[in-house]
Amino acid sequence: MHRLSRSSRRPAAVRQSGLGLRARLRRDRVMLLLVLPGFLFFGVFHYVPLLGNVIVFQDYQPYLGFKESPWVGFGNFAVFAEPAFYGALLNTLKFAVLQLVLFFPAPIGLALLLNSIVSPKIKRFVQSVVYLPHFIGWVILISISQQLIGGTGLLPQLLGDIGLPRVDLMTSPGFFPWLVTLQLIWKDAGWGTIIYLAALLNIDTEHYEAAAIDGADRWRRLWHVTVPGIVPVTLLLLILNLGSILSVGFEQILLQRDAVGADAAEVLDTYVYFHGVLDGQWGPAAAVGLVKGVIGLVLILGANKIAHRFGHEGIYSK
Amino acid sequence: MSTSSQRVANRPLNRPPWMEAPSRAGLAVKTVVIAIVCLLVLYPFLNIVATSLAGESEITRRGGIIPLFPSEPTLAAYRTIFAGGVVSHALLVSAAVTVIGTALNMVVTIALAYGLSRPIVGGRFVLTSVLFTMLFGAGIIPNFLLVKALGMYDSYTSLIVPGLVSAFNFLVLRNFFQSIPAELLDSARIDGAGDLAILIRIVLPLSKAVLAVVALFYAVGHWNAFFNALLYLSDTGKWPLPLVLRLYVLQGQPVGGGTESPGEAVASIQAVQMAVVVVALIPILCVYPFLQRYFTKGVLTGAIKG
Repeated sequence: MHRLSRSSRRPAAVRQSGLGLRARLRRDRVMLLLVLPGFLFFGVFHYVPLLGNVIVFQDYQPYLGFKESPWVGFGNFAVFAEPAFYGALLNTLKFAVLQLVLFFPAPIGLALLLNSIVSPKIKRFVQSVVYLPHFIGWVILISISQQLIGGTGLLPQLLGDIGLPRVDLMTSPGFFPWLVTLQLIWKDAGWGTIIYLAALLNIDTEHYEAAAIDGADRWRRLWHVTVPGIVPVTLLLLILNLGSILSVGFEQILLQRDAVGADAAEVLDTYVYFHGVLDGQWGPAAAVGLVKGVIGLVLILGANKIAHRFGHEGIYSK
Repeated sequence: MSTSSQRVANRPLNRPPWMEAPSRAGLAVKTVVIAIVCLLVLYPFLNIVATSLAGESEITRRGGIIPLFPSEPTLAAYRTIFAGGVVSHALLVSAAVTVIGTALNMVVTIALAYGLSRPIVGGRFVLTSVLFTMLFGAGIIPNFLLVKALGMYDSYTSLIVPGLVSAFNFLVLRNFFQSIPAELLDSARIDGAGDLAILIRIVLPLSKAVLAVVALFYAVGHWNAFFNALLYLSDTGKWPLPLVLRLYVLQGQPVGGGTESPGEAVASIQAVQMAVVVVALIPILCVYPFLQRYFTKGVLTGAIKG
């Protein structure tokens, strides 16, 4: 019975399009050729490296290669007991929490502010201004930040002028988590407003009108019309953020790690880079990278499941 | 637009009838907040331009701080970095990688997005495998080993090929291509146009805005690319601008500007550093105003439903 239904599926599909596989291949040959380079790219540069993760179970030696390097089973996972890894994990989580609390809401607040600007000219101007930093690379951004708040920069100078100690915020380990978060807000809070502004535009103005007629003042309208209007987008972005929660600002932190020291600035990604690529501990570093990726995947799938349970669409529908 | 002159005095046009005018205090607070936000974004740019134009004596006198504009602006710093040294070379590398890289990005991404924008044999499978890469990446180490194994290490190809297609940009284009009415494409087909002709004569001209945004995303990515270059280029002579920027500004190496012309005002280190930053910023600031109006459209076509 089972067999029958399986064999009958294929002809049904063919009947649906009215063509055999061969005929469809011929019909789509141009399109298939167009898809081919991109498909090959994803195969080679995204799927082959997945196989490369076998070195997690090897004592990988570059001059021996995958085939010759000795197998060590789960030996590389001993790295998870090391204090250096532990410190990197703690820092990662610290940055992640700070970003979730301070950076995530920033675009929402800014979008509400932008949305309340009545004059379209001013609104467009402010939008152009706040989107701009998104296009500034981290190297440039950190150079600018150095110039403004670094040791010989504007802020210590001004502090000195008014008789306060000249603090250098760029080299202070205690301030580093805040520095990273503030830089991120400067760079991307404005850019993040795009999606919220679109959600706000999609709210039917009749709701506002009706609420106003019913006597709701602007704060009540904000609470009962605007906020429900952007909740789905907010949840969606929250879920997406969850998947990359362990990838806190890699380039940004890498660039500033020297200035504040590894104790304050090592995160999982920089750990993998320094211990793997630079120090040649390929296996243990790859193990950290792999586990990080798996946790990200699990988090995103889990969060999506929760979103479905609450009746939201999540990042993909079932 | 010209009718805006007919606006009633003292009353902006666009306030909907149900929205009461804000209180004076509320308006003031809002204006101040918005002004501060704009200032926080714009002032740093002003400051680095000012510093890059300041002369040695002024920077020494004021302890490196040029809050607004130097009293005697000089181009000495720019002369130093353009004297044929490392910065000029890095600039050329970055420009070439950006132009060539973006062109290749666009060709492959457009082809993939168009191919998958309509039901073709195996399309579902390819699409799923592309989308999965957005959820799970192999990690730094396997990618590094792959690039090495392919012989791209220390070659400019390592800055272009490993990032040939971004799944996000692909989605932006595919979603837009899908939103083009099928009737339009069908009628072209009836007129005898093949898939390629439809792409070039109908789909692409309709997609100019989105193509511009995606090209900008790619180009900015190449221009700012730091980590791939750090990872894959050990030959410092091949370094693009971001790495040179790190060396000179963040690590404080002196900028060797080739031959120092005698008798010229010597540029201070800080001015030279900021001049490098300004040079790195200029291309972005040049294209930004022209593309800015397309952002919303481009971003939303990609973000709404995968």
